Amino acid sequence: MSEILSKSAARNIFYGGSAFFFVVFAALVAQSHYYAKTTSTDEAALTAEVVHGKRIWEKHACINCHTILGEGAYFAPELGNVFVRYGGDKDPQAARDALKAWMKSQPSGVQGRRQMPQFNLDEKELDDLNAFFEWVSKIKTNNWPPNKAG
Amino acid sequence: MKYQTQAIAKWYWFAAIALFFVQVFAGLWAGFIYIEPNFLSGLMPFNIVRMIHSNALIVWLLLGFFGATYFLIPEESEREIYSPLLAYLQLVILIVGALGAVVGYVFRIHEGREFLEQPLWVKLGIIVAALIFLFNVSVTVLSGRKTAITNILLLGLWGIAVFFLFALYNPANLVLDKMYWWWVVHLWVEGVWELVMASILAFIMLKMTGVDREVIEKWLYIIVATSLFTGIMGTGHHYLWIGMPAYWQWIGSIFSSLEIIPFFAMVVFCFMMVWKGRRNHPNKAALLWALGCSVLAFFGAGVWGLMHTLHPVNYYTHGTQVTAAHGHLAFYGAYVALNLAIMTYAFPIIFRVNPYNQVLNMASFWVMSSAMAFMTFTLTFAGIVQTHLQRVMGMSYMEVQDQLSVFYWMRFGSGLVVVIGVLMWVYATLGPKKEITIVPDGALAPAE
Repeated sequence: MSEILSKSAARNIFYGGSAFFFVVFAALVAQSHYYAKTTSTDEAALTAEVVHGKRIWEKHACINCHTILGEGAYFAPELGNVFVRYGGDKDPQAARDALKAWMKSQPSGVQGRRQMPQFNLDEKELDDLNAFFEWVSKIKTNNWPPNKAG
Repeated sequence: MKYQTQAIAKWYWFAAIALFFVQVFAGLWAGFIYIEPNFLSGLMPFNIVRMIHSNALIVWLLLGFFGATYFLIPEESEREIYSPLLAYLQLVILIVGALGAVVGYVFRIHEGREFLEQPLWVKLGIIVAALIFLFNVSVTVLSGRKTAITNILLLGLWGIAVFFLFALYNPANLVLDKMYWWWVVHLWVEGVWELVMASILAFIMLKMTGVDREVIEKWLYIIVATSLFTGIMGTGHHYLWIGMPAYWQWIGSIFSSLEIIPFFAMVVFCFMMVWKGRRNHPNKAALLWALGCSVLAFFGAGVWGLMHTLHPVNYYTHGTQVTAAHGHLAFYGAYVALNLAIMTYAFPIIFRVNPYNQVLNMASFWVMSSAMAFMTFTLTFAGIVQTHLQRVMGMSYMEVQDQLSVFYWMRFGSGLVVVIGVLMWVYATLGPKKEITIVPDGALAPAE
């Protein structure tokens, strides 16, 4: 191998090639940043309520049980499309009410069933969390998940 | 041990091993919740247990890398670490941060992005510790002999610090949040961490096989070139379903399929060096861990990653137990085994004794690794069943989970065996030193 490629040539290929791929990657990410703001999400609908809803989602570390857009823990259902699963695309108010009732009724205490903690969210917090789920359910995800089960 | 400051590594590794216990204990607990969901569910819900499991893992692996750096840099640079005081200060900051984070999690004090749950003060502490560390080792390296191993190791460590800065950036738009979150997570474990892995493996091969440095360092550059050429653009395989442009489906599928190449190259490299090397190094356990690291990383990160990385496949498997299976074996093979390899190699040198407790250490490799492999198989089967029932048939999540309980029982069993393997390894490494290997004269002479 020593005849084909010297150590300094290997080193230069490594540094040069890595820099090249990083620049291409950064350029594509910049384009994707623009795409996310203009095409795949509705920035105008990113209201204070939705932003607050995301903070509540983070404050209670929901992602360490649930997934959102398939990322997170795999202990509890996908929530990226939970709003649609509750029929929110057809009757938003009914979905919001059902989700609120669900979160208020936790933990179920049923033996042998996974328990969701009671986070004691007030009405405003529940509304904002729902607003976040509704906003997320409208992200253009290349049609993922395959079905409503998430 | 040729340089006094190499002993700094010992304290980093003691801290790492303590957190390793925390990690596997939390893992066992989380695995138990899967089969007994009501177990202390009010006191310690699953999300908190999992947070401790994943955070303890990440921090102990990093402590292991830092320890390995302090161990190998004096030998490579042929001088003492610039400031041992700064090195210990850095360790104290990291321990305070890690303990503060774990205790805080128990009391629900945390942020809310996966793996980046550390409170802001801990994140800032990590950055301060990283700056101290980079200053200390960079000054040492720059003033001494420069080798490819230290070049690549330093580049990897600088990359870890730079990409961690994205942990401070949390956009309100979930798509942007996720896109930059991967700059920490993916560009760490499938990017710069691989540089650290390859350089530590190269150091172990250099010391244990006696193969010429020129050969080893050329291999090292080729391996890390394939790592970054595939790994950077391979980030695309995380950009498939999170609101990103569709072109990532092709970029992600193609480049991340090639991410298996560096792992394959590391297997070939390690086995070739051992085959070619004429040296009969007495620390067989360290050699087993190093070879095992390359093979298990190839299967865990390479094969199990390739299995679900093509976008038509990932469309169905994304976010199922298939991902969990891949994550467990990849981290174990690439980074846990790597840390245990360098510790197994270095502890006898730091303690100034010949290699000891080799049989128990090698037994712990087989116990831990078979149990991790079994865990990976059970999660893979669980994931395949889940993918079919949930993603193809459209059954609801909880109904499907009920069908998977047999796999979760087996996973818990394998987790128990992993913990037994960890206890064996720690006892072999830090327990009483029996069965000390007799080293023939000159067998430990340096390679160069």
